Amino acid sequence: MDFSLSDEQAMLKESVVQYIDKSYGFEQRMQVVASSAPYSAEKWAEFADLGWLSLPFSTDDDGFDGGAVELMLIMQELGRGLVIEPYLAAVVLAGGCIKRSGNVALRKLLLPAIMSGESVPALAYAERGSRYTLNHVGVTAVADGEDFVINGEKFVVLNGGTADQIVLSARTSGATTDDDGITLFCVCADVAGIERQGFVTVDGAHAANITFDNVRIGKADAVSEIGLGLGILEAAILDATLAVSAEAVGIMEALTTKTIEYTRNRQQFGVPLSSFQALQHRMVDMFMELEQSRSLLLRAAIMLDEDSPDAAAAVASLKYYVGTAGRKLGEEAVQLHGGMGVSNEVDIAHLFKRITVIDTLFGNSDYQLHRYIQSS
Amino acid sequence: MNVNFSPEELVFQDEVRAFFAEEYPQDILEGRRKSMLASRDIYIRGQQALHTKGWAGINWPVEYGGTGWSVTQKYIFFNEFAAADCPTIIPFGLGMVGPVIYTYGTEEQKEKFLPDILSSSVWWCQGYSEPGAGSDLASLKTRADLDGDEYVINGTKTWTTLAQHADWIFILARTNSDVARKQEGISFLLVKMDAPGITVTPIYTLDGDHEINQVFFDNVRIPADQLIGEEGKGWTYGKFLLTHERANIAGVALSKQRLRKLKKKLASYEQQGQAPADVESFRRKMAEVEIQLSALEYTELRTLASVSTGKAPGPESSILKIKGTEMQQAIDNLFFELSAYGALPNLRAQYEAGYDGDIVDDDGSSLTALRYFNFRKASIYGGSNEIQKNIIAKAVLRI
Repeated sequence: MDFSLSDEQAMLKESVVQYIDKSYGFEQRMQVVASSAPYSAEKWAEFADLGWLSLPFSTDDDGFDGGAVELMLIMQELGRGLVIEPYLAAVVLAGGCIKRSGNVALRKLLLPAIMSGESVPALAYAERGSRYTLNHVGVTAVADGEDFVINGEKFVVLNGGTADQIVLSARTSGATTDDDGITLFCVCADVAGIERQGFVTVDGAHAANITFDNVRIGKADAVSEIGLGLGILEAAILDATLAVSAEAVGIMEALTTKTIEYTRNRQQFGVPLSSFQALQHRMVDMFMELEQSRSLLLRAAIMLDEDSPDAAAAVASLKYYVGTAGRKLGEEAVQLHGGMGVSNEVDIAHLFKRITVIDTLFGNSDYQLHRYIQSS
Repeated sequence: MNVNFSPEELVFQDEVRAFFAEEYPQDILEGRRKSMLASRDIYIRGQQALHTKGWAGINWPVEYGGTGWSVTQKYIFFNEFAAADCPTIIPFGLGMVGPVIYTYGTEEQKEKFLPDILSSSVWWCQGYSEPGAGSDLASLKTRADLDGDEYVINGTKTWTTLAQHADWIFILARTNSDVARKQEGISFLLVKMDAPGITVTPIYTLDGDHEINQVFFDNVRIPADQLIGEEGKGWTYGKFLLTHERANIAGVALSKQRLRKLKKKLASYEQQGQAPADVESFRRKMAEVEIQLSALEYTELRTLASVSTGKAPGPESSILKIKGTEMQQAIDNLFFELSAYGALPNLRAQYEAGYDGDIVDDDGSSLTALRYFNFRKASIYGGSNEIQKNIIAKAVLRI
């Protein structure tokens, strides 16, 4: 039994902590959010230099072979720093599908560009009406000679508006909710027939709905084997679920620390707000939920890295917990900040918005609890 | 980072498992399977079986006859202990006064008291709370005045668990009233229960059980060498005692075992077509508790791991009591809900040793409401959960 980090892990954590504390200010982040750019290209290049973009890829692909614990370490800090850059969308989701591909040529083509920061892809899996179900795939890919022709729409694709490459799930056979018959493809975003309707999400990030109108791609662009893409998609989403849960824990940490700090400094009735026991106990509750979330996060990361048969249930229980506790914590932080908490200029408001979005990503608490019961 | 057991630890796990399957008194476990309530005799025989094996002093150092186990070994032990469904270990001797004596006692006191505590041949009880001093323990009024080589004790202790069985009591009493802080001037004393001037009267808890008592001290005289450590420093020893038993404070292993039993009960009701109409919502509540418990188990493991590497327990350790008792109570409630009408008959006597009347309840359902009522105490004792939150606010969050 050992909860200590290896030297490499400790160094990784230290480097991300340092970067977030010194080089990723809230003001700067808000300037990016206010601009038309979805994120800072300059920051993205720095992430590449720091090696973060290579973290989850295998050494065979010239990556750093990071596992769930490494992903957890980086995502917690990205959460705490409220990082707007599309690490989740490009590296964890799209990269997570590509790295599991048996298509070596495709991997060799795409991964180096992702790791160097030149390519910032997106994963298009959700559809109107699919909710959180991954096998609900209505977008079709019909074989035509050596090619496939893709038709249909993908919904709320994170980083979908500006991604240069789009990994998508498409149905090559079967009915809309069959497990079999789903294939993952990777298409260049500028090919004919792709139309993107970009928008800003409620947490300030960018996403898009993407329609495919007779988009023609080659067999060589298949990320998965034909009809067998669901397994890769599920594995990438499982990693991503751990990743956003870790991000949520980082956010919960920031919400708790900042709320304690605020109530200490804010004077009302001639005393600091923090001197009121009713508020102290609410902050203790926030702290307890943070620590319980941290415990489930460690548990899920360790089980994923050990390939435990219970890893999926552990991730579902984690996501359920951070969904419920995280949203409650966000609401409490806003409440304890009073009027400041509902003002768009303070970081608390943005941490609250992001943690609310995280509950929805890859299945909210209700959905995850259902998954947990099914799998245990 | 890993949570695997080493090969040696796996061997140890087998040894513990085999002990409970073979050497531990099987009639006790058989009774537990029938939901029988433990008697004084059962508690003592269970603890003596551990002592015979050399496993009574779970948290004690080897030099005082303890196991000297690593935190992982303790974790394994408590899991197996709970999974075997053993009656609880009465904490007052082995978990509380024992560690105080071997940490702060004189050589004579160690020799006199420790062997009997380890062998469970002496039953201890705890005299902390008073009618006017509950969570505000330092307001206690019981006095111990030095008179020659004796202390004369006057006052009242209350909520004293199983004092009716006890041979000895350890108390906190005021030896000096002229102090700047009320935590000063309190002493830690050991008192034989048959000393003249001690009266024990029962308090019946809301489930009708006689578990707790009021203990009156009327000019009770004890030898001065039954003082632990320095006079007036009792608050320090008392606090040490309260924080000593970290290893099992959350009761995670026991709650896990009770959740397994709850699932079995649900499965058997389903088989008989007696599942709740809204079984899905019951399952969701059960799953929520199970997830909380997984979190708490890791919170405890994090604490144990940091202690085992010589570090102080991290801030996460402070939540163990609060979350642990919340989980116990949540499980009590689920048992009660699942039992439906079966929870209503008050049939405690049927589950006491020596009962030979009609069997009215055959699956322990009639104990679930009683248990639920009784264990509202869990969030009150040992420093109420509100006091625990005050402590976290001050000591951890530095508010």
